Amino acid sequence: MSELPKARIATASLAGCFGCHMAILDIDERLIELMKLVDVDRSPLTDKKQFTQRCDIGIIEGGCCNEENVHVLYDFRRNCDVLVALGQCAIMGGLPAMRNAIMHSDAPLRECLDEAYITGKYIRNTTHQVPNDPALPLLLDEVYPCSQVVEIDYQIPGCAPSGDIIFDTLAKLLTGRFRGFEREMIKFD
Amino acid sequence: MSGTKRETGFTFTIDGVEVKAYAGMTIMEAADEAGVYIPRLCDHEGLRHQGSCRVCTVKAGGRSVSACTQPAAPGQAVENETARLNKMRRDLVEMLFHEGNHLCPICEASGNCELQAMAYRLDMTEATRFPYLEPCRALDASHPDIALDTNRCISCGRCIRASQDVDGKGIFGYVGRGIHRRVAVNGENLADTDAEVSDHAISKEVCPVGCIIRKRVGFVTPIGEREFDKGLIGHEIEEKRK
Repeated sequence: MSELPKARIATASLAGCFGCHMAILDIDERLIELMKLVDVDRSPLTDKKQFTQRCDIGIIEGGCCNEENVHVLYDFRRNCDVLVALGQCAIMGGLPAMRNAIMHSDAPLRECLDEAYITGKYIRNTTHQVPNDPALPLLLDEVYPCSQVVEIDYQIPGCAPSGDIIFDTLAKLLTGRFRGFEREMIKFD
Repeated sequence: MSGTKRETGFTFTIDGVEVKAYAGMTIMEAADEAGVYIPRLCDHEGLRHQGSCRVCTVKAGGRSVSACTQPAAPGQAVENETARLNKMRRDLVEMLFHEGNHLCPICEASGNCELQAMAYRLDMTEATRFPYLEPCRALDASHPDIALDTNRCISCGRCIRASQDVDGKGIFGYVGRGIHRRVAVNGENLADTDAEVSDHAISKEVCPVGCIIRKRVGFVTPIGEREFDKGLIGHEIEEKRK
């Protein structure tokens, strides 16, 4: 087992809350077992901002809410053999996707920004403007699930997914034994 | 059902398992008694059968029929748990998710929701091929004890039948046609109707999703300890067989 070449994995958090990355840590002491199988390339866990080489598995948390998310996702698709969407935001947009429809408005993004920065009751924003610094990534019209932007090979459901389902799925993917989830492990919350 | 009718029993098979039925029973009623679970959403115990969600579609005599409305017939061979039927059911459930705004992580019905539980049972975990329709739907919090979040409504009509047939009120009804068909309340909003939190239509069991909300009890049971956290939907029926 230890003779096998280590697999390379990369992770990224797009429009998510970082909860799924926290959930990766919920693997607990099995992380030691997992680290025997993998090297971590580009990831917030290693603080590497670029790929150093091609990866076997890319893990994506969060959907796409701005242009930077889309660039990162494209970069992951280009550099990873297998792309895994981790958690409900990556799978179906999740909480950020609430801005797509639930504002009862023809311009939900505008209404969302207005309420967040200008008209909201509890806002103290001395500029009375929506932040517009050119360095800020441009927001997309809607929040998109990853599978609507690039091809996604596997999805691990949950908000956040349990440490068990993450470990189980990764361990099986790394050894080529993944045949779907046990039904009792599937949770969307 | 009268005692004399009870005696004219017959048998048929579901996936090769022999099931006993009596005249007038639907395939699903016979299956439930025999401990064979057929997935369903619009059908609910104690309510008139409607056969509209088609999640209970089975093959009987080579035809696709809704098990909740199709009468059982002697000697019939019914197919239920086949890969093809389950794929069709999964597609139906997935389309229901896409037709409304079903955000499980923020929904107080999560864990008690039959739509979600059906997705678990039918392995709805692959990347979707359908677009999200993301409709703008209304939230009606006018009633002091009840709220309606129609983003989550799947138009199963269980509340309609419960209100009409059990409560004798008719608070809910269908409006519109085709994909525009929706469940609406009989009034400007819910506060204008005679809806009460004690109505059967408002009870926890009737709405399969998180559309009909009883106020102030939302998170009495925490996420993770809810109905479908304890077992797959339908397990209580399947346990009868063991």
